Amino acid sequence: MSDRIFGGIGILIALIFAYQATIIQESFLSDAVGPKTFPLVIAAVMALASVYFLIKPDPEPSWPRAGRLAEIGLAALVMLAYAQLLPELGFLISTTLAASYLTWRLGTRPLQSAVVGLGTAIGIYVVFKLILGLSLASGPLGF
Amino acid sequence: MDTLSSLADGFSVALTFQNIGLALLGCFLGTIMGALPGLGPSNGVAILIPLAFTLGLGPTPALILLTSVYYGAMYGGRISSILLNIPGDEPAMMTCLDGYPMAQQGRAGEALALSGIASFVGAFFATWGLVLLAPQLVKVALLFGPAEYFALFTLAFATLGGISASNQAKSAFAAALGLGLAMIGVDTQTGVPRFTFGEVHLYDGIDFLVAIVGLFALSEVFIFLEHRGSAEEEAAKPKVVIGKIAPSWGLIRYCTPTMLRTTVLGFIAGVLPGAGASLGSFISYSLEKKLVDKKGTFGTGDPRGVAAPEAGNNAAAGGALVPMLALGVPGSGTTAVLLAVLLALNITPGPLLFTQNPDVVWGLIAALFIGNFMLLAMNIPMVGLFVRVLMVPPRILMPIVAMISFVGIYGISGSSFDLMVMVGFGIMGWALRKLDVPLVPVILGTLLGNEMEVNLRRAVTINDGDYSILVGSPLTLILWAIAIVGFVLPIFVGGIVRARMRKAAAKDETATAATEGANPD
Repeated sequence: MSDRIFGGIGILIALIFAYQATIIQESFLSDAVGPKTFPLVIAAVMALASVYFLIKPDPEPSWPRAGRLAEIGLAALVMLAYAQLLPELGFLISTTLAASYLTWRLGTRPLQSAVVGLGTAIGIYVVFKLILGLSLASGPLGF
Repeated sequence: MDTLSSLADGFSVALTFQNIGLALLGCFLGTIMGALPGLGPSNGVAILIPLAFTLGLGPTPALILLTSVYYGAMYGGRISSILLNIPGDEPAMMTCLDGYPMAQQGRAGEALALSGIASFVGAFFATWGLVLLAPQLVKVALLFGPAEYFALFTLAFATLGGISASNQAKSAFAAALGLGLAMIGVDTQTGVPRFTFGEVHLYDGIDFLVAIVGLFALSEVFIFLEHRGSAEEEAAKPKVVIGKIAPSWGLIRYCTPTMLRTTVLGFIAGVLPGAGASLGSFISYSLEKKLVDKKGTFGTGDPRGVAAPEAGNNAAAGGALVPMLALGVPGSGTTAVLLAVLLALNITPGPLLFTQNPDVVWGLIAALFIGNFMLLAMNIPMVGLFVRVLMVPPRILMPIVAMISFVGIYGISGSSFDLMVMVGFGIMGWALRKLDVPLVPVILGTLLGNEMEVNLRRAVTINDGDYSILVGSPLTLILWAIAIVGFVLPIFVGGIVRARMRKAAAKDETATAATEGANPD
């Protein structure tokens, strides 16, 4: 079933992609092939492959239980938040928070996670900023 | 002779203080990444690319660092295969078969040392193969016009799934997805924006480094989150006694014919499109078993069974560099990632690389020789150090990997938008892996998409809009024929090859379970 749904999504993406390709504004100075042809070929390949999934799906993969799915979703949200907060809070604070969260969710005890998270942030800061001179995001506090 | 003098020039490039230091660092990090289950060579290189950039390394030093990681990871994969019976990366799967039984008999140190030597033999001779074969291939490649290149790119996609590909439709889908992603941004030929949905950030296209790090490194973090409990049980396995490290000369001599034979086999498997290191080690092991295993000792801790796959996969790793450097078309996952390095450094791989940037090519090759000796030194006396690193649990390690990925990407662009795109790719990579869609074609598509389209348009434009040029020369016809055979063959024989690989590995379920989610070399 997963493969069928995947095939459906694939066809949808291929259709959107093909439609987006047809509305590309062509400039009057175009070459013989133009900017639309290759994307249309790609959309065709994608659609064909997706039709194959619909007709002949592979055996069902083992999806994680809902709890684990939520776990992965939450981790992704934390990472997105990290991307947003990085310039606001600075590297050390946001990295400590994100690394602690991930360490905790991967099965470390909460207090230990906080320590490991802080250690990770400081370790990366020392190696990459102080030793290698990389520019990491600096927040209002300067780190 | 020409080749030798180029090689000598290469050594003068590679033998600077900085480059040797980078090679040492790369070998060290690579061995660690190879040894850690879950972090294969492609992940290792992917995580380090952005860093090599933000550090402002030039093309040669950056390549030296990253190919050392590549070679190092090929050495490192065996450590956890032998000690824990969990392959550190997919090519090391076959090493479990005889390596772990040897460890159980208290001969872990011997197995580690012997496989280190086998790795060295494989990699060393494969690097010589690269030196000799690549310039020959360049001569052929110089005959290529745009139409031939278009056919060659198609060939690369068609064969990338490899002979053991499970579902060619999924490989095709992955390639189309990657190519489609490459189309995003301003069209290089006419200057019109494509698929940008009016979002200014997308006008430059999607940075393939963001895609690579997201797809490989972050999706690995998600996989670990998914399998949290089980991963810990594996890590809690009892520690085996390493025993004496030095193997006797007799043992080495006993295994030498095996190493030499499998080196040749592995190298060929590496050069051929769509084979790669995993197949290299598999073929090596099975043929060697047929050839010398008269008493049925393979699988019960036969030293030759440790030497064969290790020489094979390291030779294949060297062989895979041949098409990548000479044609600009990678044949395996990790070489695809290495191609990204070249492209990001504004170096076009392929035949012109050898004439325009000989210092890069030969410096790199010389660095591989140097790296090999370093790896031999690191992997025999210092193997205990790596064993200790293996004891760091993934629950602490994976967040570090994630954070270093973020640091690297943020260091390049300083944009939160790129980081969010990367997280998106991480989720996508996780979902695609669950659905058994290979990630390497996606990467290759984003890398080569624009180049492929440019060649198509150039070929047709030169020919006044006539598409028949695409099949207009004998060379194109040959390339198309290989592409079609390479795509169709696995549909018929893929099942057989896969079944054999599985049977060989079935002796130990943990081995297969651990590699299931892993990337192909």
